[in-house]
Amino acid sequence: MPDFEYSYQIGWFLLLLLTGYLAGRYNERRHYRSIRKRELGLKDLLVFSTRHLPADGAYTAPAMVLGSAVISVDYFKSFLASLRRLIGGNIDSYESLVERARREAILRMKLEARNQGADMVFNVKLETSRVYSGEKNLTQSVEVLAYGTAVKRLEQSAEIH
Amino acid sequence: MILSTLEQLPGNRITEHLGLVHGSTVKAKHVGRDLMASLKNIVGGELVGYTELLNEAREESIKRMIAEAESIGANAVINIRFSTSSITSGAAELLAYGSAVKVENG
Repeated sequence: MPDFEYSYQIGWFLLLLLTGYLAGRYNERRHYRSIRKRELGLKDLLVFSTRHLPADGAYTAPAMVLGSAVISVDYFKSFLASLRRLIGGNIDSYESLVERARREAILRMKLEARNQGADMVFNVKLETSRVYSGEKNLTQSVEVLAYGTAVKRLEQSAEIH
Repeated sequence: MILSTLEQLPGNRITEHLGLVHGSTVKAKHVGRDLMASLKNIVGGELVGYTELLNEAREESIKRMIAEAESIGANAVINIRFSTSSITSGAAELLAYGSAVKVENG
């Protein structure tokens, strides 16, 4: 019965869409809450993208710190994105995906720096790359790597220029 | 071995430049992880298995880079950069490279 098969496929698609929408929204909200909470805890650890340390002041031996996260998009959002590709414009659903991955990566890098007793991270670089999953050629998950050099300033009284 | 993304090390003087060193690994994901990933593609969220896999691969790249730096007599690698590229679907290359130098205090 071709009619039955057709409706079965539609039903399966709608189920995936609904699951993706509900679970994806829940996951994203929970993740954002967790990110905000941890960012607040690491607020006093300063991160710079400058290549050189301020010339005044002494620092402890530098150590390289890394943080990375691979975040996957949900089914609903990848469907939205595929619609969006027809007409062009901003793909909001992917923007939040990359932002989450980036903030998570930076957080993990900061956490590693904190664990090493550092209070600043210099020359931070961010790198984004796609992670393929399966044979489908769609970008469905993204990896963000954040890395930099963690140091601790020895003179706490000096001003930062 | 001192590793840094900076061009100069605070409190250290570079006495010798020994050239570029690099280390790379090509990793493939195994089927179990791919299966989990395709489930996660429905509900969204972090692919913890992939994060771990890529971190392990990157550690391996760093180790290889350090080994190369040690073999030419360096005691620090500065200006380190990372690069990731997908070679085919299911495999990624992770590259770490930097400048090998000799440093001394002061």
